[in-house]
Amino acid sequence: MDYFRAVYVARELSPRALRLTTEALLRNPGNYTIWHFRRLVIDALDSDLVEETLFVDNLAEANSKNYQIWHHKRWLAEKLGPEAANDDHDFTRFILCHDAKNYHAWSHRQWVLQKLGGWDKELDFCHQLLEEDIFNNSAWNQRFFVITRSPLLGGLSAMWDSEVDYTIKAILQNPSNESPWRYLQGLYKGNPDSLITDERIPQLLLNILKENSYCVFAWNFLLDVLCKGLRPNKEIEEAVKGFTELDDAGSSDQDLPTRICSALERMDPIRVNYWAWRKSNLTL
Amino acid sequence: MGELAVEKHAQYILSVEKRKDDFESLVMEHLRLNGAYWGLTTLDIMHKLGSVNSDEVVTWILSCQDKESGGFGGNVGHDPHVLYTLSAVQVLALLDRLDAVDVDKVSDYVAGLQKEDGSFAGDIWGEIDTRFSYVAICCLSLLHRLNKINVEKAVDYIVSCKNLDGGFGSIPGGESHAGQIFCCVGALAITGSLHHVDRDLLGWWLCERQCKDGGLNGRPEKLTDVCYSWWVLSSLIMIDRVHWIDKNKLSKFILNCQDIEKGGISDRPDNAVDVFHTYFGVAGLSLMEYPGLKPIDPAYALPADVVNRIFFQK
Repeated sequence: MDYFRAVYVARELSPRALRLTTEALLRNPGNYTIWHFRRLVIDALDSDLVEETLFVDNLAEANSKNYQIWHHKRWLAEKLGPEAANDDHDFTRFILCHDAKNYHAWSHRQWVLQKLGGWDKELDFCHQLLEEDIFNNSAWNQRFFVITRSPLLGGLSAMWDSEVDYTIKAILQNPSNESPWRYLQGLYKGNPDSLITDERIPQLLLNILKENSYCVFAWNFLLDVLCKGLRPNKEIEEAVKGFTELDDAGSSDQDLPTRICSALERMDPIRVNYWAWRKSNLTL
Repeated sequence: MGELAVEKHAQYILSVEKRKDDFESLVMEHLRLNGAYWGLTTLDIMHKLGSVNSDEVVTWILSCQDKESGGFGGNVGHDPHVLYTLSAVQVLALLDRLDAVDVDKVSDYVAGLQKEDGSFAGDIWGEIDTRFSYVAICCLSLLHRLNKINVEKAVDYIVSCKNLDGGFGSIPGGESHAGQIFCCVGALAITGSLHHVDRDLLGWWLCERQCKDGGLNGRPEKLTDVCYSWWVLSSLIMIDRVHWIDKNKLSKFILNCQDIEKGGISDRPDNAVDVFHTYFGVAGLSLMEYPGLKPIDPAYALPADVVNRIFFQK
């Protein structure tokens, strides 16, 4: 460190200085001042940026949650330009294979997509990650990112219908998965009328509640659509009444949303105050 | 489980402050100023700040300042960065020594990091992240110099990072994450712009972070960690929805993460302690009004009496 300090203070931008920063960074990759100085040296020496990418990728593998390393990668990618996009995506794909929710890797990947391109395989990549782990919230987020921002797809309106089907399939696969429920809610945000007229919704909810009567997310979604104006069919009415009668004999004359809130207070006691608030906020 | 081991934690923090040559200190050397903020704020919340030599701390902080730019580095001899500049200002505020700096010089450094689109870079190297939006806004507000930036554009940029689930990410389109949410909500709170937050939607997302073990995670399907006791809890308080989590269970979780023999708090039970998690655990308990702790301001992340002194005693 003392050698590094000497060249740093002297502002010596030489091959020796580069080697010293290499040694120092291998010992302490979090030291952001050394990274700054290394960039000055690289610029001054006009160093080989591909070689530099190999160096930083090596460090990133061992320190995948280090802010300085990812920022250095961004700095390099900007210099290397669009030709480097695919190699960069290969690297983040490699990191994400080992840590599929690494926030730094995802941020970096999004930045490279928007600045340098490489969108063509991104939706497939999201799908692959979701096949491996349908609970991966980062992959769900990336899916929305691609659908809404990729210049190669038609945008949300073009993809909307197939996305609803995709999400419903994921929910049926595992109803206790928070991410696709939020994704579905998000899809209908721009389309509130469809939420109460789309037959897929009550169908989905009935399917789940028949097999998983304690699925909090399903009850919550049903509560939401009822509050937004869904006219419950006989099957839904029976499902709610059947379930709530099992637990709460006094509820026979209450409306469906109120019964659901009471049931949720019991099913999800850690959030009892939230469900109580929902109950007090019901508009009929 | 039981109680908060205040004495042990104070001893732990003071011992970390003295250690400069062991492996952990060397590896953290470049962010010592952050460590000072975490350690000293925790001591103050526990009414133990008196055991610290203020003059020594102030002298050391000032030696971390880059004379040319006015920004602070993480330690002596390090390049300036907005993260350490905020920690410096926060610690000086804690010690009631904001008079020790040239306020305009420091605030010019921070204000100079704002970009055309309203976002903030961390330093001259240009990394953009909503963390830096919060850090800059918090710092400038404490120095009464928010007028040096374009607040409207800063708010617009933060709002552009809002997601459909009501949360916020580090960049537009970035996944909602409790840490980023704290930064965005904090910045919006400080600039009087909380009307951009859908409190019910975000409140629900935040209270869904509470898991069966009583702890909080930062995103769906991730592990609980004591530091989210701060990020999630302070966000909930700022949007007035903290009653939506089970505070009892969370308190028990935090207390379970203590090392009651050696002092300090870890990310989850039976792991190694560090100053970072010690601060967040104690701060989280303070937010829940744990007896014997000073109240802490959820937006400025400083004891409430310090914030009152800055804003209400002129």
